[in-house]
Amino acid sequence: MNLDIFAIRPEATPEAVARRTKIATRHLDFYYGRFHALKDINLEIAERRVTAFIGPSGCGKSTLLRTLNRMYSLYPGQRAVGEIVFNGRNILEAAVDLNMLRAKIGMVFQKPTPFPMSIYDNIAFGVRLYESLSPREMDERVEWALTKAAMWDEAKNKLKQSGMALSGGQQQRLCIARAVAVKPEVLLLDEPTSALDPISTAKIEELISELKSEYTIAIVTHNMQQAARVSDYTAYMYLGELIEFGATDELFLKPRRRETEDYITGRFG
Amino acid sequence: MRSHYSRRLFVNRFNLFMSLVTMAFGLAFLFWILFTLVAAGFHAFSGDLFTQMTPPPGSKGGLLNAIVGSLLMAAMGTAIGTPIGILAGIYLAEFGSRGWLAPCTRFINDILLSAPSIVIGLFIYEIYVFRVGHFSAWAGALALALIVIPVVIRTTENMLRLVPDSLREAAVALGTPQWKVIVMVTLRSVRAGVITGVLLAVARISGETAPLLFTSLNNQFWTTDLNAPMANLPVVIFQFAMSPYKDWQELAWAGALLITLAVLVLNIMARVLFRQTALK
Repeated sequence: MNLDIFAIRPEATPEAVARRTKIATRHLDFYYGRFHALKDINLEIAERRVTAFIGPSGCGKSTLLRTLNRMYSLYPGQRAVGEIVFNGRNILEAAVDLNMLRAKIGMVFQKPTPFPMSIYDNIAFGVRLYESLSPREMDERVEWALTKAAMWDEAKNKLKQSGMALSGGQQQRLCIARAVAVKPEVLLLDEPTSALDPISTAKIEELISELKSEYTIAIVTHNMQQAARVSDYTAYMYLGELIEFGATDELFLKPRRRETEDYITGRFG
Repeated sequence: MRSHYSRRLFVNRFNLFMSLVTMAFGLAFLFWILFTLVAAGFHAFSGDLFTQMTPPPGSKGGLLNAIVGSLLMAAMGTAIGTPIGILAGIYLAEFGSRGWLAPCTRFINDILLSAPSIVIGLFIYEIYVFRVGHFSAWAGALALALIVIPVVIRTTENMLRLVPDSLREAAVALGTPQWKVIVMVTLRSVRAGVITGVLLAVARISGETAPLLFTSLNNQFWTTDLNAPMANLPVVIFQFAMSPYKDWQELAWAGALLITLAVLVLNIMARVLFRQTALK
């Protein structure tokens, strides 16, 4: 089996790399049973940029994120129609190896979800699935991932302790480290800071800005300041439709649509 | 308003009082049983109990063969029943969301869970003992396994259902194959709960008499031959307690106390273990 079906293809210039589309959705519709949750979504997520999804609760932004790594496939009755092109391939096709796909498109959730094992094993777990590293290489990888997630200093002396014993903010950064450790190409962040205090939030936002030099990031957030701070592109969604999508500066400063303006200025509803 | 309030106070006190009385009623019998057991069984406790075989009427002896037989058959029943129960529980919790097989299995398991143990004993008698032509420890272990299985299925399924979907999704999001998600993450996160279920199943079978009466029967002598009838505490208690001999009756009391203490210890272990997970 060809394990590299989703691998990055070499590109010519750095600018071209920066502007490349990593994931594109075409006429994407999504259904929870009979409920039509996403309606004809067309959108391009740029490589090595942060794309934010904003909109009121129930607008479909998390649903959209969960189509990008086919997380919805876990549940019977949920289905997506249309195309999601990732590295030149439609991932909605039946033949796609979902485990391989998810190894390339990592995800961090709203609530911290440490596994019931040590901090070290929490991070090594995902790495062991697809790589066989020597103990020393694994130590290095764990340190690298924890450093990336701004966790190394706090965690280095308690790597053998249970990941469940950390504070909420630390658990969330552990989950980010875990997602980063497998070196995915894309990181999907589903409201990663909504359960955290302002200090942990600031740390994670810094981290996002730092990670985007190497990863393509898609983030769902309820916090519009956060979207404005961390993202390069923003998509405003409402009732399952993509209302407006564009560069974050433009969307927040001079939105093209009335609905977007009402939402970002708080005059919504 | 004042009368309204005092009426509510009265109703509150009355109900509290009544629930205390009912609790005391239930507990009184429990302590009565325990007291009788200790009073009658304690003086029969001696070194002989654990070193001598069951005696013929009128002579001194112990319960060694019955204790070992009980331990052996309970261990075998648990060893046979636990893997089946855990695997079936995993199926019901992790794969049972679609189709008709899981609801059907769950329903049958509920029936099995509350099936009278004598029925299980008769069943093994019919399909095993009758065909082989003699009572045996294997038959006893099989009957006990049939009691272990539904208990373990139920607790494993219930425990796995407590695992939040978010934990499953987090493992899946790393590209983890489903069997690894189950073994390394979900089952592992409820490990203590599942072990608690197994301990409770062991506690349950260690006092079962009816299934052993039809399967392993009894043996006056020391044996570890699994194809022969084997002594065990419940059946020895049954036989000795019904006998007219005083020595035998005393040994029966001692055996009953022994089983009760063992079950007590198992239950305490299960509770301690479960509390540890709940706190984590």
